[in-house]
Amino acid sequence: MTATERPSPSEARDWEEIASRPEFQVLRHRLRTFVFPMTGLFLGWYLLYVLMASYAPAFMAIKLFGNINVGLVFGLLQFVSTFLITFLYVRFADRKLDPLAAQLRDDIETGRRTEGEVK
Amino acid sequence: MTYLAAGVEGSNPILNLTIFGLFVIITLAIVIRVSKRASSGASDFYTAGGGFSGPQNGIAISGDYLSAASFLGIAGAIALNGYDGFLYSVGFLVAWLVALLLVAELLRNTGKYTMGDVLAFKMRQRPVRAAAATSTLAVSFFYLLAQMAGAGGLVALLLNVTSKAGQALVIAIVGAVMIAYVLIGGMRGTTWVQIIKAVLLIAGAGIMTIWVLALYGFSLSAVLGDAVARAGATGEKLLSPGAQYGKTAITRIDFISLALALVLGTAGLPHILMRFYTVPTAREARRSVVWAISLIGLFYLFTLVLGYGAGALVGPDAIKKAPGGANSAAPLLAYQLGGTILLGIIAAVAFATILAVVAGLTITASASFAHDIYVNVIKHGVVEDAAHLEVKIARRTAIIIGIVAILGGILANGQNIAFLVALAFAVAASANLPTILYSLFWKRFNTTGALCSIYGGLGITLILIIFSPVVSGKPVDPVTGRSASMLQGVDFHWFPLDNPGLISIPLSFLLGYLGTVLAKNDKPDPVKVAEMEVKSLTGADAAKALVH
Repeated sequence: MTATERPSPSEARDWEEIASRPEFQVLRHRLRTFVFPMTGLFLGWYLLYVLMASYAPAFMAIKLFGNINVGLVFGLLQFVSTFLITFLYVRFADRKLDPLAAQLRDDIETGRRTEGEVK
Repeated sequence: MTYLAAGVEGSNPILNLTIFGLFVIITLAIVIRVSKRASSGASDFYTAGGGFSGPQNGIAISGDYLSAASFLGIAGAIALNGYDGFLYSVGFLVAWLVALLLVAELLRNTGKYTMGDVLAFKMRQRPVRAAAATSTLAVSFFYLLAQMAGAGGLVALLLNVTSKAGQALVIAIVGAVMIAYVLIGGMRGTTWVQIIKAVLLIAGAGIMTIWVLALYGFSLSAVLGDAVARAGATGEKLLSPGAQYGKTAITRIDFISLALALVLGTAGLPHILMRFYTVPTAREARRSVVWAISLIGLFYLFTLVLGYGAGALVGPDAIKKAPGGANSAAPLLAYQLGGTILLGIIAAVAFATILAVVAGLTITASASFAHDIYVNVIKHGVVEDAAHLEVKIARRTAIIIGIVAILGGILANGQNIAFLVALAFAVAASANLPTILYSLFWKRFNTTGALCSIYGGLGITLILIIFSPVVSGKPVDPVTGRSASMLQGVDFHWFPLDNPGLISIPLSFLLGYLGTVLAKNDKPDPVKVAEMEVKSLTGADAAKALVH
């Protein structure tokens, strides 16, 4: 295997100009407005679970069906929410982040500037 | 049934050793094979040239992450403490969302080999790299020691080697094989070992899970019911939280503290972070995490069934009496289900697990020493024939770390050092994660802030652990005559919690913030700030063009 490593062209680029481009600002905004609230959401949901397990064991012990109680369902829901958030983020990134990032990356590496509406 | 005396009932050491030996021979052959395709550069040794695909890396990540502690430990904790054992798995899984949403892709785009690459990007290189390497080496060392000491216990449990000298010999062999993996195969070989181990571990746990469920007509409720019945008068407690952490107000707060460290520590573990560099693009890094989350989630669902299944089919009394206590729940269940053969396979998988995790830690620690400390701190980033020399240093470091791990494992064998894994997570969550997040998302974050959060987080965590009940001062158990603390007969603890995360994590975030705003003149270079931000989000100049 051969790695074709070109000499780094990074120093030649005007990073501050690129960072100020509207399409970059849109990309940055989209990423942050998705991941920050989502992080708050899953951390809050997880902390609620931890607090309930610590301070409301009687509630967690309520049986729902057979030997399956609230605590077990709550715990399994943490698995479900983790899988769900993973799915949502991947879909979001595929549709909203990747095309924009790819276009910017292409512009930067070729030194061109793609004009036009931000998708 | 001639091995009743010391090892797990039904364990056939010869068979266990044979299966494990086969694993070592096959993986070594693969490591040698893939190493022939490698070039000799640093990129290849540290990150396999970024040549793995997302799914491959995702499987390797689960191989790196699912240590023997999470297999034997969690299954045993569920078997004996019921629901409270399950709480660990939830934290270990949810933690991956931090890696997915905030860390993996941006880190892949910004760095090359180590955590220090990202943290030092816009900072003064030498101090920040030295700090990043210090923290990397500390976390790796704690984690490594815990794994190696665990190997000693596993030897007693599964190979029926009861003499300290015999256990020391096996620990030395495990260490030597691990060094061979790293030296011959570098990251490429290590990754393949982790992939093979992950497949074996998850398949083995999956077969046992289906087996247990089949015995109960595929009703989880019936498994739980039998586990409750088997445990006798207190059985009902197994199903709800509190058996382990609900005793007093302090243990409840302690659990919250542990939960914080688990959920925030994963995305700060250096050996996990380094895995993201083994893929060519941020998109593949994302796919890695998706695969890792799926496999790790699946595995923890298996351990839930295995834990309660061991409680139901083996029974808590038999588990407590077995050598290794809680850790023997999964091996005993394997024997109960599939006899000596299945026990042999599970035993070999447990060993393979230690090998793979230890190899991953060693390569991370040696990369950090060679790349951050040797090249950038000692040589100021100017080295002739850098790639070649750097790999030479990394290899030597790997040998030294391997020897330290063997000696540490032998010394720590039989000591009560289970807290070391929790300590590694606490340091990762306190020293590493705040610094990574500030670096990636806060423009103003500067060198002073980074040094404050890394050294502050590391220092606070260590001090709180040293003066906590895990090191000294837990009451003496009237049955065994020993304290549950690491040190016996002394008590200098003043910090009430076993887990420091609740204090150390917020303090580290605060220190990073204060360091940045108070050092007003320490402004990062605006060009570097813009470059880091653009690169982290777009992956410009980062994709590694590879021709296989």
